[in-house]
Amino acid sequence: MITFTNNSDSEEEPCNERTSLMSAESPPVPSYQDGLQAPEAGEAQTHRKRRTGSGRSPSSAANGSTSGSSLPVRESALENEEEELTLKYGAKHVIMLFVPVTLCMIVVVATIKSVRFYTEKNGQLIYTPFSEDTPSVGQRLLNSVLNTIVMISVIVVMTVFLVLLYKYRCYKFIHGWLILSSLMLLFLFTYIYLGEVLKTYNVAMDYPTLILIIWNFGAVGMICIHWKGPLQLQQAYLIMISALMALVFIKYLPEWSAWVILGAISIYDLMAVLCPKGPLRMLVETAQERNEPIFPALIYSSAMMWTVGMAKPDAAARGPSQQMWDTAEDGRVNHRSPLHSNSEILETRTPGTSHPVTSLEELEEEERGVKLGLGDFIFYSVLVGKAAATASGDWNTTLACFVAILIGLCLTLLLLAVFKKALPALPISITFGLVFYFSTDNLGPLEIM
Amino acid sequence: MGAAVFFGCAGIAFGPALALVLLTVAAEPLRVIILVAGAFFWLVSLLLASLVWFVSVRLSDREDARLQFGLLVFGAAVSVLLQELFRFAYFKLLKKADEGLAMISEDGRSPISLRQMAYVSGLSFGIISGVFSVINILADSMGPGVVGIHGDSPYYFLTSAFLTMALVFLHTFWGVIFFDACEKRRYWCLGLVVASHLVTSGLTFLNPWYEASLVPIYIIVVCMGAWAFFTAGGSIHNVLKCLSCKGARGRERTRGDTRVPRLSPVGF
Repeated sequence: MITFTNNSDSEEEPCNERTSLMSAESPPVPSYQDGLQAPEAGEAQTHRKRRTGSGRSPSSAANGSTSGSSLPVRESALENEEEELTLKYGAKHVIMLFVPVTLCMIVVVATIKSVRFYTEKNGQLIYTPFSEDTPSVGQRLLNSVLNTIVMISVIVVMTVFLVLLYKYRCYKFIHGWLILSSLMLLFLFTYIYLGEVLKTYNVAMDYPTLILIIWNFGAVGMICIHWKGPLQLQQAYLIMISALMALVFIKYLPEWSAWVILGAISIYDLMAVLCPKGPLRMLVETAQERNEPIFPALIYSSAMMWTVGMAKPDAAARGPSQQMWDTAEDGRVNHRSPLHSNSEILETRTPGTSHPVTSLEELEEEERGVKLGLGDFIFYSVLVGKAAATASGDWNTTLACFVAILIGLCLTLLLLAVFKKALPALPISITFGLVFYFSTDNLGPLEIM
Repeated sequence: MGAAVFFGCAGIAFGPALALVLLTVAAEPLRVIILVAGAFFWLVSLLLASLVWFVSVRLSDREDARLQFGLLVFGAAVSVLLQELFRFAYFKLLKKADEGLAMISEDGRSPISLRQMAYVSGLSFGIISGVFSVINILADSMGPGVVGIHGDSPYYFLTSAFLTMALVFLHTFWGVIFFDACEKRRYWCLGLVVASHLVTSGLTFLNPWYEASLVPIYIIVVCMGAWAFFTAGGSIHNVLKCLSCKGARGRERTRGDTRVPRLSPVGF
């Protein structure tokens, strides 16, 4: 707030800044396509002020305000700033996503390397009915392709079901479904995980202590994920459940099927998000038309989430121009199969609420956050976990896949900054990851300088 | 053995790299991205070099030991050349990015200078190259076993760690020198960097004879370090000034310095 005042004093027309800021705050509800242009001009202004508030680069903000005095200059200035902001925020967002993705992968790799349970073969999911224990290579390949077809069709059916439920406003059903699946993850899978870790390190724990720990962990998790909680705790829980889910996939998907499924799901993600009639795209558009945020339980958000939940008339009128997004479908979980696949999209979210002019109690540090679906976390971790579990080059392969996935994420975010609409986060990363896995594993270690 | 050797060797190999990353790279998102992208470029170069070596081995006579050794040397040389080629490619990419950032920014200057990018990219090549050389060795050092029980050197872990540290430093220095040479079009510098990389790689073939490989490699590290320091704009004068400044600034403070502090309490 101090900086805001300072800037107003230093420029020629403080009133213009404030009035333009206010008017920019209530544009009409945009539809998906043209919504991209109108609120962005407004956002650029809000972002400029916000950036000043967070004290990142005061000199450039001051320059921006003085250059914004005439209208045409303002337009191009806005555009330039918009791009610069995108790029400056872009680098920060990339790091905001690198950290949780890295943490999730570290948890998965650490577990795979230490706990034997997750690398033992103990049956298969019902979603991959064909066994890979056949002697001939051709038969094995065929079985893995068939497994993939079954799995992907289940995912497609679930997604379409979810989209239909959302379209016909069966919110209670969706919420019940999500709550049930997170209950299963937070209680049952955590119990199994804790049991296996204790077995590995040969630590004894009595049941009352176990019940206390699991109950607390699960209850706090449910509250943080589905209701309100400190942002970092919510992020930590989301990372943990993604890691648990990835571990289950690593354990229960047979070898070749896992790789084919990874490839197929990236292609599915690409189509579901980008094709005009793709289920995920329809979900995004529906959510946008209704101005609702979607299923916060299934998206990792790096920014302040609670502001979205706050009821603000401006926020409702604005309509975010970029959607946050994700989808998930989950199925009933049997004790041997979790089904929880998400296809994900990555998107940039506008800082939902109105800014500093009207409500001084707003955070100064409201930054644009980036959202990544949990399914992305899960499949990235499955790839790296499988590399850690089964690669002959061992740590080299794991690290190569890790770097490949991070670069894929970086490129996806770059495309997001360029195209400014929801994008699938799986294809590029998984492609790079697969290429690096198979090449590092098979081309042998060339550990020479 | 066990944890002590693991932590010791890991500290030797990656201590400087970790310190450099924590102090200079971790705070700035753009530098972290450049670090990861540099690692990616190095990995791609390694991939291509492995492909070349793999194909050449497949096409050759497996029984001939001399030929296999020759192919290994050849593979190493190809790897070095490809790494330098990809360093050049990364230079081109970063130059374009630099121009893009400069164009977009309001005051016409990009938020990161080409020299900083050279340093970070060199560091990234060093870290990923060091990691790929030593991580499996470190993982093995934790477990049970005896080093060199079949007659090899018992100092294998230790020397590998030192070699990795040298490698990290070398790549960092080469990065700085290389980018500066490309920028100023001094091709003899480029040639010298590539030649020193080839020499370093060749020296490792002398390996169980560690005095002959490690000592020259460290001499090369020191020379490259001095060269990179002077390339980046340092000078002996600067070093002396830096060392004496600390004394001077301390004395000024106790005398009641009335200079305006850099950060004003208002409006930052």
